[in-house]
Amino acid sequence: MIDLKRVRTFGLIAGGTLSFVAAIGMVESFNERTLINPGITMGLLLILGIAAVFGYIVAAGKPNPLVETARDSRSGGIAGGLTGAIAGVVTSLFVLFVDTFDVSEFFPNMREPLVEAMTFELGVPVGLLVLTAVVTATAAAGGAFHGMSDSFRAGMSRALGWVVAFALFELVVSEILDFADPLVDLIYAPRGGLQPWAAVIIGALAWWLSTRYKGRGEAFTERVKDSEAGSRLRRSVILFGVAAVIILPMIVGGVVNELLITSGLFILMGLGLNIVVGLAGLLDLGYVAFFAVGAYGTAILTSPSSPAFAPGLSWWIALPIVMVLAAIAGLFVGTPVIRMRGDYLAIVTLGFGEIVRILLLSDWLTPIFGGAQGITRIPGIPVPGAGTISGTDPQLFIYFTFMFVLLAAYISYRAQNSRIGRSWAAMREDEDVAEAIGISTVQAKLLAFVTGAVIASFAGALFSAKVGTVFTNSFDVLVSIIILVVVIVGGMGSIRGVVVGALVLIGILGGPKSPGLLAEFSEFKLLIYGALLVYMMLKRPEGLLPSVRRSRELHGEDLTQDAWLDKGGDFTGDSAEEEATT
Amino acid sequence: MKKSRSVRLIAALGALALVIAACGDGGGEFEAGELGAVEVGADEAIQIRSLNAITGEVAFLGIPNENAIRMAVDDYGQIAGRDVNVGTGLDDLCSADGGQSAAQTIVADSAVVGVIGTSCSGAAAAASPLLSDAGLSMISASNTSPSLTSDLEGTAGENYYAGYYRTAHNDLFQGQAAANFVFENLDLTKVALIHDGDPYTNGLTTAFENAFTELGGEIVVHTAVSVGQTDMVPVLTEVAAGEPELIFFPIFPAEGTAIAQQVSGVAGLEDVVLMAADGLSVTNFLDLPESENMYFSGPDTRFDENTNEATDLNGEQFLADYESEFGEAPSADFWGHAYDATTMLLTAIEAVAVEDGDSLWIDRQALRDELNSISGFDGLIGSITCDEYGDCGANVISIFQHNNLDDHQASKANILYTYSG
Amino acid sequence: MTTTTSPSKTSRRFRFNWVDSFLWFIRVSALIAIVIGIVGSVQLFLEGEGPTAEQWRDLVISGLSTGFMYGLIALGYSMVYGVLGFINFAHGEVFMSGLMVSLIAATLMFENGFWDANPTLALLIVLSISMLVSTLVAVLAERIAYRPLRGAPRLIPLITSIGVSFFLQYAFAGIFGVATRSYPPAPGNLGNDVEFLGIAIEGTKLLVVGVALISMVGLWWFVAKTKTGRAMRAVAEDKEIAGLMGINVDRTIVTTFAVGGAMAGVAGLLWALLFRAVDFLTGFLPGIKAFTAAVLGGIGNLPGAMLGGVLLGLFENVGPLLVLNGLGIPAVSQLKDAVAFAALVLVLVFRPTGLLGERLGSEDRA
Repeated sequence: MIDLKRVRTFGLIAGGTLSFVAAIGMVESFNERTLINPGITMGLLLILGIAAVFGYIVAAGKPNPLVETARDSRSGGIAGGLTGAIAGVVTSLFVLFVDTFDVSEFFPNMREPLVEAMTFELGVPVGLLVLTAVVTATAAAGGAFHGMSDSFRAGMSRALGWVVAFALFELVVSEILDFADPLVDLIYAPRGGLQPWAAVIIGALAWWLSTRYKGRGEAFTERVKDSEAGSRLRRSVILFGVAAVIILPMIVGGVVNELLITSGLFILMGLGLNIVVGLAGLLDLGYVAFFAVGAYGTAILTSPSSPAFAPGLSWWIALPIVMVLAAIAGLFVGTPVIRMRGDYLAIVTLGFGEIVRILLLSDWLTPIFGGAQGITRIPGIPVPGAGTISGTDPQLFIYFTFMFVLLAAYISYRAQNSRIGRSWAAMREDEDVAEAIGISTVQAKLLAFVTGAVIASFAGALFSAKVGTVFTNSFDVLVSIIILVVVIVGGMGSIRGVVVGALVLIGILGGPKSPGLLAEFSEFKLLIYGALLVYMMLKRPEGLLPSVRRSRELHGEDLTQDAWLDKGGDFTGDSAEEEATT
Repeated sequence: MKKSRSVRLIAALGALALVIAACGDGGGEFEAGELGAVEVGADEAIQIRSLNAITGEVAFLGIPNENAIRMAVDDYGQIAGRDVNVGTGLDDLCSADGGQSAAQTIVADSAVVGVIGTSCSGAAAAASPLLSDAGLSMISASNTSPSLTSDLEGTAGENYYAGYYRTAHNDLFQGQAAANFVFENLDLTKVALIHDGDPYTNGLTTAFENAFTELGGEIVVHTAVSVGQTDMVPVLTEVAAGEPELIFFPIFPAEGTAIAQQVSGVAGLEDVVLMAADGLSVTNFLDLPESENMYFSGPDTRFDENTNEATDLNGEQFLADYESEFGEAPSADFWGHAYDATTMLLTAIEAVAVEDGDSLWIDRQALRDELNSISGFDGLIGSITCDEYGDCGANVISIFQHNNLDDHQASKANILYTYSG
Repeated sequence: MTTTTSPSKTSRRFRFNWVDSFLWFIRVSALIAIVIGIVGSVQLFLEGEGPTAEQWRDLVISGLSTGFMYGLIALGYSMVYGVLGFINFAHGEVFMSGLMVSLIAATLMFENGFWDANPTLALLIVLSISMLVSTLVAVLAERIAYRPLRGAPRLIPLITSIGVSFFLQYAFAGIFGVATRSYPPAPGNLGNDVEFLGIAIEGTKLLVVGVALISMVGLWWFVAKTKTGRAMRAVAEDKEIAGLMGINVDRTIVTTFAVGGAMAGVAGLLWALLFRAVDFLTGFLPGIKAFTAAVLGGIGNLPGAMLGGVLLGLFENVGPLLVLNGLGIPAVSQLKDAVAFAALVLVLVFRPTGLLGERLGSEDRA
């Protein structure tokens, strides 16, 4: 049974989505990256991916807990195909519109290059038919996929996943396989893209492995989870992890290490903000101010060309001073906002963050902070016997980042499971109750602010030493928001979540002032971050890797933050997807 | 900046590996200098990179540079039978962190010989130590901060690193040129300065202030706006309080537009003369009716008659080619600088490349020496000579009055004053 | 947790009095700085330095007109906060979207001469497009992003609205490009000075104040006198009981968003007349400032939002020159936004419920 209304709705949404990604120029810029040589570009993957996902969603039907959804690949395929056909026609009409009318005065991307990209350079009538056919076929395949057997689905998704991963992460793969240069040359075409036969082999291998070792991975994870702390299995897993962390930077090259360092700085800030937002439940939108305190503090104390006061200290001596400064800043920001309602606090902290940036940049304080000219010539981190380590040596600098991430993770972990952690938990559940049972909320809140600030100052100190120059444009409000996205996507209150969130978002998509592994995304990452924030809040408010503690906490009837997160945000009973269809 | 040991070690190992590789190929004649050399095989391309602000608010500056680099590479053609590859255009995001991570990408590819970039001075300060350490040569088309080269009197700037060159002028030139023009040609003595907190605009207003007070003029107000500000009445009132005869605001279009539009509404500024710099001599701003009759200082862009000696292309042909290829005129003034920077790099590579068996060898130190010795190179921007700190600009600053709203090129040709170092 | 510094609590918990001491320290030092600054400026004025009387007057007029525009945007924040109890962080982008789309119509009309030939009609067209688009965006955001979150803890919809805000900003950047665009100059003879109460004021500024006041009165009438308005007040007081009384809560909330969006659309027209320059980030700062204005006046309180807007407009226009200049700080205009944010902090430190007091539903007072 095909739900035609659903097909129509999702067909239109899919067509709108395809037109939108074309209109913002995403297809064109993704086309510059070849995934499989020749011809399969990232832009094509984007079009196919959107079509397939919508085909699948339509075939999957409305989630209904009472009735097991029928899984039938034929009707799924037809539903998907119909959806795709509608989407294809809508998109073609859009492309036709762009081709016919010159609207580039107002919409700079709506010009011939867009038409060329969307019609696969076949020109208008032919290319549009091809586009519609391709979208229809992919959506049909996506729909049919929903009805396939579980083993086929597992095999297929692994195979596609691995091929796409190998193609997208060409840089990492070729750096890891650097010792086996001939192999890299075999897998990849000279200047980018998987070789077609390599794609086939990788896909087949992934499929075979998925059927051969079906369920083994999950079983192993379960075994590790169930094993006792300190058992041999646990210890060997931890040992393996530590060894990987130590060896990885040596294998991969400068670029991947650079990305890891940038992600590491965001892990640090994410961990700090996680204490403030995730544990204590205080939404701080001016968190970047503490990062700036760390960075500017280090710059002034260590750089010989700091304008007013240049003691030229060693980084290691500057660090504790900077930590104290950050703690004071935390108290200074925390105290006036301590009695404010949660959402006032968000705006006031945002204001504080901007005030700090504006003051650092101002002509008034230029004699101290360098103003527009920033502070340059910040030395790196001195290490006895190895000179000074700065961003020019990413392979060594990464170890400092690791060190501080470990330290911050340890602080978070200890804080979470201590008396103060329990006070925070009580406070974010209900402040009045917390107060009534004798918890000093003032103290708990200030401690959260101060701890968060000190962790951010680590990131700032590392940043100064790494980049060697500080300018205020590295500390705008965008940074605060992106750290928040990292925490939300990873999972509020979850240390693992923040680590994974930062690696995925900052490492792959890119940070506020740095491109990620997929540099193609840099123009669109903020759009994606915005969409991701909304999506996560609607569909998975507990984050990618929710905190264990949270899922253990009881499900209360009260609409508290934790209860909401545990239930996956589904308070109204009907999911958001349903809302969108009606 | 001290080079760390590990980098030296890596460089040494790299050089060793190259030597061994070279021996293995049976040639073994070529001896690399202290920075090592790049080997380009028989069917390989010579790798250079572009690094510009190609996304975000400063894209109007970076994109013409990027386009001009690609045109120059196409026009130049092959070197010793090998293509030149620019790769994907890298983005400096007009920030220090962006410049550093892009530089990291560049140095990771040991086949890269040189870089054309960055667009923004802030990005260059973080990128050039990395590129310099790795033995690369970089030529920027639009960095103007004195700290990247020298104070023009023989003292190296704070952020000068060997291997850094630029075809753009040093801010000190432009500050001097604009000050001279205002003081001598316009005969005005009271000036207000507005910058926007960007290192470039702040550097330029500071250079202007120093030059102008030296000449005997008075800076009545030196103030700033912040990026994103739209209500300019307060800043203009602050300026008006100083009763200036001229406002020099060498900032960027978003805030510059607001200033130009609101200045006439502020009491006391009805007759003030407006002057801006190259950051505002861009299409969007010149389209504004309010920008009519404003003065603009900037690199002399009368390139029509100038011919690039490497490609035999003149400025007029360049603009025609650019329009036909990209569908619009360049949105900023540094296209000629980018084109010349690229041809300079390619000419230098061709000069130092040594063929040895099947391979072509490019010695990194020799390349820098070659660039340093460039003298009288005819480019679109004029005759180019590099000084020992990498300032290679033609160093001609001109000031035009915008008298033709419909034809910006005609306006830009309405030059009232020219200054050359 | 109450928003005010409750005296009983502080006396009970004597050992934390240093928080209050710190707050008093902030209050006193802010007052001292402001007084010294103003005295310094007055002194400068008497010495004939600094802005002239005429320039001060213009500054005040300009601050007032900007302030009325902030007030209009603030109405949207205040209404949504009053009814739903959350800050719609994306409201600035609602404002920007109407502004950006109606720019197309304005440019086309300017190019074919209609703009100057029929100023009134042209402005009405721009106004209606701007209101329509802003309303549509506000309602869509409610439908897709906020409705499923009804009943969630209050931080959740706030974070969602930050996401909506970013999505809208960069969607507009992608479609319209990142370049700053410009509205054509005020049509007809609007840009000329008009004699009003004996002083010459730019016509556009007078129009801005007029339109804002008319909208304000219209909105007050809508909320106080119509059936829908009564429903809105009922929902603001208590959603469940309002539902039991036969009020369609969902529709009322949509209406709230729509009206807020329409006001943002009107503000769009005023922006087009005052500042003309538009880009995808145009909504961000005015949005935050309008929220500040709403808090300043007392959130949920409609006349308060207007008053807050006007005061904030004055603060940030006059404040830097009046206070900071008097303190001898150079380049004060650069600190304009910092002054606005500092005003927010100080208001919340001095009077957390705003000048005219909050008007919130019982469930939001918690």
